[in-house]
Amino acid sequence: MIPIRGEEPIRPRLVEDLEPDLLTRLMEFWAFVQRRLAGDYAVDDLGFDPEFNDNVLMAMVRPLYRSWFRVETSGLENIPDVTGALVVANHSGVIALDAVMTQVALLDEHPFHRHLRMLGSDLLFQSPFLGEIARKAGHTLACHPDAERLLSDGEIVGVWPEGYKGIGKPFAERYKLQRFGRGGFVAAALRTKTPIIPTAIVGAEETYPMIANVTVVARLLGLPYFPITPTFPLLGPLGLIPLPSKWFIHFGEPIPTDHYPENAADDPMLIFDLTDQVRERIQQTLYRLLMQRPSVFG
Amino acid sequence: MPRVVLVTGVSRYLGGQLAKILCEDPAIDQVIGVDVVPPTVKLPGMQFVRADIRNPVIAKVLGAAGVDTVVHMGVIATPRQAGGRATMKEINVIGTMQLLAACQRTPSVEALVVKSTASVYGSGPKDPAMFTEEMQPRHAPRSGWAKDSSEVEGYVRGFSRRRPDVAVTTLRFANFIGPGIDTAMTTYFSLPVIPTVLGFDARLQFIHEDDGLEFVKRAVLNSYPGTFNIAGSGILMLSQAIRRTGHQRLTMPEFLFMPFGRSISRAGLIDFTTEQVRFLTYGRVLDTSLAANTFGHEPMYSTPQAFASFLARREVSVA
Repeated sequence: MIPIRGEEPIRPRLVEDLEPDLLTRLMEFWAFVQRRLAGDYAVDDLGFDPEFNDNVLMAMVRPLYRSWFRVETSGLENIPDVTGALVVANHSGVIALDAVMTQVALLDEHPFHRHLRMLGSDLLFQSPFLGEIARKAGHTLACHPDAERLLSDGEIVGVWPEGYKGIGKPFAERYKLQRFGRGGFVAAALRTKTPIIPTAIVGAEETYPMIANVTVVARLLGLPYFPITPTFPLLGPLGLIPLPSKWFIHFGEPIPTDHYPENAADDPMLIFDLTDQVRERIQQTLYRLLMQRPSVFG
Repeated sequence: MPRVVLVTGVSRYLGGQLAKILCEDPAIDQVIGVDVVPPTVKLPGMQFVRADIRNPVIAKVLGAAGVDTVVHMGVIATPRQAGGRATMKEINVIGTMQLLAACQRTPSVEALVVKSTASVYGSGPKDPAMFTEEMQPRHAPRSGWAKDSSEVEGYVRGFSRRRPDVAVTTLRFANFIGPGIDTAMTTYFSLPVIPTVLGFDARLQFIHEDDGLEFVKRAVLNSYPGTFNIAGSGILMLSQAIRRTGHQRLTMPEFLFMPFGRSISRAGLIDFTTEQVRFLTYGRVLDTSLAANTFGHEPMYSTPQAFASFLARREVSVA
């Protein structure tokens, strides 16, 4: 076979060419399965199982990120490469899909593939399965010691200060930030001198437009709210499929906290000011992203 | 000045091992062992006193020998060891009260080392990821060994207020594991089919028996007053630990777990208490940096290594 100049020699695709790649991949997969079955993997002190998270959990939600919501992420340069930072974002969409998508964004799109360690509610860690998965994905209970431990270890910590008020709000109030709790996250950032990164997420509000909240059912089930959406519970399990809205995640400019004095975390006025500042930044970014968005389903 | 150390609970595994280590140490002149039953293995260097710490005889022993350091290893973890929950509680709580009362009366006592447990922190979904010594339990233990241990710690705090001249060291150990020791955890992980709670995967931490004893020894030889968390570094998830044993895992919903546990307790296989079930559901992890900084020593075995040394024993016994 004489190669034509400037072109790659055309060769038939032989089995031998394919095999090494396929074989190595199969062997890698087999080794992975064996490691998992033998319990031969490491988890960190909080129960984070990076191997399981990256290869199983994230692989399960990645199609949602890429194909379903077609998430466009910007501002990744505001996330430090190796040091700690506190990502503070708006919360919406009945189930916390926005948090999961932010996690995918940082793992897949950040040059250093950062893991987002989120702070979740008591209810999450009380629930069977959910609590277990959350721990394995690296998340922990929203409390001062845990937040400060992760931040001082140089992790990217994610908080959604609106909590259930954010994800459980009616559709009519979409993109209006709810109350930001007691500002505990600001105190944690001040104590560890880590920057706060105000983050805006657009698109999650339209995944499950909540028309009504049946408080009686919610109280019966011990849930913070019970949503009625155009498809749920009308279409039964089909109603659990989120609407394919087009998403934007923007990591804003960091708000530094290292120039405040040592005991700044004990100054409630400073905490309120900073909380408001973060909230305002997120709200402004939300409006800007909404203006730029061509349509809900992009 | 001669050093005289009194160790309670010497007829059980850890107490006996500690007495042996202390007898071999040249810095200690005399080791007095106290227990209700004589130790199975005779220790040539140890003076054994068969006394029940539940009655005031202990005060005479302390005074007569001029004991300067008391090591309280006598808190019993499982009812089976004591012959019933009532006896266990009496030995643990009344026994500690008697021992502390005797220590208070004995001017020669300069130091008290108490083996406590991390179970005083309880276990639950609202727990922080890692407990430091000053944290209060969010789900305080309400029964069994853990409750006894919290009460014991309470009495120890009371004692240290009344005798501020005595250096009191309380060591809160993670679950002991290793080649020699038998605990509820070693029995649990030896079950051919290991029950777990559906939908939960506890974070577990262990301390190797040798490491635990090393810390007690260091607390006896030097003075480190305070309360310290002691555990091997790292953690194991319950599911991961079970995979490492190679045994079958049987998951069942929470409401079935307790009745199941009780029925196998009745069969005499294992002691399952409410506190243990909570521990196996939610787990518990300690921050051990205070002990590492104060003692200037860290456990030789990490949690996974300590667990591996327990598994190695099992393989030897099978062979």
